Amino acid sequence: MTVEQAVFLFTSFLILFSGFMMVTRQNLVHAALYLVVALFGVAVIFVLLEAGFLAVVQVLVYIGAIAILMIFAVMLTRGNATEEQESMNAGFGWAMLLSALFAFALIVMLGQWADIGAMAPALDAGRSTIEELGSALVSPDGYVIPFEVASVLLLAALIGALVVARPQKGGK
Amino acid sequence: MSFINDPIGFLAEWITNFLSGFLPEAWVIFIVTLLGVIITASFGLIIVIFLIWLERKIAARFQDRLGPNRAGPYGLLQTFADMIKLITKEDVVPEKADKLTFNIAPILSVVAVLLIWAVVPFAPGWIGTDLNVGVLYIAAVGSFGILSILMAGWSSNNKYALLGAFRAVAQLISYEVPMLITLMVPVLLARDMGMMTIVESQNLWYIALAPISAIIFMVSSIAEVGRTPFDLIEAESEIVAGYHTEYTGMKFGMFFAAEFLHAFTIGVIFAILFLGGWRGPGAEEFRLLGVVYLMLKGLLGYFIVMWVRSTLPRIRIDHMLAFNWKFLTPLSLMLLVMTAILDKIFGDTALRLPLLLAGNVLVLFLGWLALRWASRRQTKTRRVFKKRPVAKPA
Amino acid sequence: MLSNWIFVGIFISIAAVFPLLPIVLARFLAPRKPNPIKLDTYECGMETVGDTWVQFKVQYYIYALVFLVFDIETVFLFPWAVAFDVLPLFAVLEGVLFIVILVGGLLYAWRKGALEWA
Repeated sequence: MTVEQAVFLFTSFLILFSGFMMVTRQNLVHAALYLVVALFGVAVIFVLLEAGFLAVVQVLVYIGAIAILMIFAVMLTRGNATEEQESMNAGFGWAMLLSALFAFALIVMLGQWADIGAMAPALDAGRSTIEELGSALVSPDGYVIPFEVASVLLLAALIGALVVARPQKGGK
Repeated sequence: MSFINDPIGFLAEWITNFLSGFLPEAWVIFIVTLLGVIITASFGLIIVIFLIWLERKIAARFQDRLGPNRAGPYGLLQTFADMIKLITKEDVVPEKADKLTFNIAPILSVVAVLLIWAVVPFAPGWIGTDLNVGVLYIAAVGSFGILSILMAGWSSNNKYALLGAFRAVAQLISYEVPMLITLMVPVLLARDMGMMTIVESQNLWYIALAPISAIIFMVSSIAEVGRTPFDLIEAESEIVAGYHTEYTGMKFGMFFAAEFLHAFTIGVIFAILFLGGWRGPGAEEFRLLGVVYLMLKGLLGYFIVMWVRSTLPRIRIDHMLAFNWKFLTPLSLMLLVMTAILDKIFGDTALRLPLLLAGNVLVLFLGWLALRWASRRQTKTRRVFKKRPVAKPA
Repeated sequence: MLSNWIFVGIFISIAAVFPLLPIVLARFLAPRKPNPIKLDTYECGMETVGDTWVQFKVQYYIYALVFLVFDIETVFLFPWAVAFDVLPLFAVLEGVLFIVILVGGLLYAWRKGALEWA
């Protein structure tokens, strides 16, 4: 059992545990905080995959912006700070069956995928991963179109969200 | 390497050789790493003690008084006295507070600041860990601090704490945008995100190549820490004590220590990114000199933070957010674009410095013109009062 | 590269222990005399009025939203900045175009009054 394997097992257990806690908590803010733990676990997995840049991006964007946005939404719309919700509804049994089937299908499919143990292709020596990522993002035979489309997508998301959440003139 | 030139490298090698005699290699690496971690973390915590004393003395001098001078020579033991006082205070946890979140928040706050010290380059070769994403890592651990404030405010089950936490988080996330954008300018100039590489490529300090970006970084970092003029976070006269209203004793002490350490840390980060870090005459030869230079430059940054604190009054929250979104963000984006284009065209020539300086001054001038135009527009819409007859003494 | 991150992992654990020590020390040294008045929520010395909740102010949410968009924008721009040396001027201008599109978004938010605190 190498250190990597031990860390991977511990982190996976942490992610699964916090994911389970997140969907079963009755206090929504607790659920949001368990989500933060799960996202941090994903960042650790990124580190294990030698994608340090994606790990810090995960923490910076997911935990630093998206989780805070969600916590704001929960705290601002839930009124009473300690209000509790019912965590399961009537469709619980069917949902559990469907998700178990789905998980089983995923595991079987991934198990039969030939490339599952493959390593990532090695980089040219002398260029770091981030430099490769950067030049791939803006090179014409790289990903420049998705790069610019992403900016338009962000613009559309910003405008759409502002239209939906626009503060009414006259105070709200 | 001899002991004088590189004490830590020498010690590390000595300990590694000593331990390899009777431990397997993985354990040796683990123990040496653990020692490095403990030294770096302790350095951060021990310097807080000195910093609190320094802050009180300098704030006092700015206010034309002496500051603590009773406890020990020149008041040096004042911080210890304060720590002992805080430890012996009763730890009151409000009844309806959320116990786990309430207790974790101060610890998370300190952890978020301590983690920054893992990537600070003290001298050539002396760095906790030279991550290839050092700069973004610093921004990422800042988000843990923001989370801890939200947790503290919500778990106190107190209207004022919650309100204070929301306003604090609104301020912190707003000022993170110009901070990230101006963080990109040294990355652009050094072509790398690693902290050690940024210091090593500063043959010319980056504050000369991007002065306005440095100032914007300093301003947004002061706002990130929550110091005056941006200290709405703990504005005592307005919302009691903000998000740490319900915290007593050592937990409050942890928030307090985290804030001071954060203020010094941004001084050090400013020194690394813009003032050349450990660079100075003789730093490559004698590593300890590099540490001395870095600490001096960091103290200069910290002094600027304290100077601004003692000079300016608190800014109202709507002014503060308008300043950020309507002035700092567009200005820093313009600076980034200008630096990128100029550096690409003239990066390798001798024209780099004068052109970038000229570009910075030009953008600053444009920003000043925009501010003047905006304030003129505002003045025009002010109501003009009718002339009324003035009372005259009989 | 992984060894670099192990340092960070160990650092997180040690950094979590360091603040715990004074707090645990305080647990032994500090008096513990809880009484109902002390444990009550603080509201400037009065009894609390109403439940603990804050009036929904949509402005907080909007600031978080605009921050999110700009956060992702800077995250896209960091690899672009790192790869600066190997990029031709054309690629630099593509990055500038990216920034300009999002400045347009900021201007939209500004004109629509989304950045006002009131």
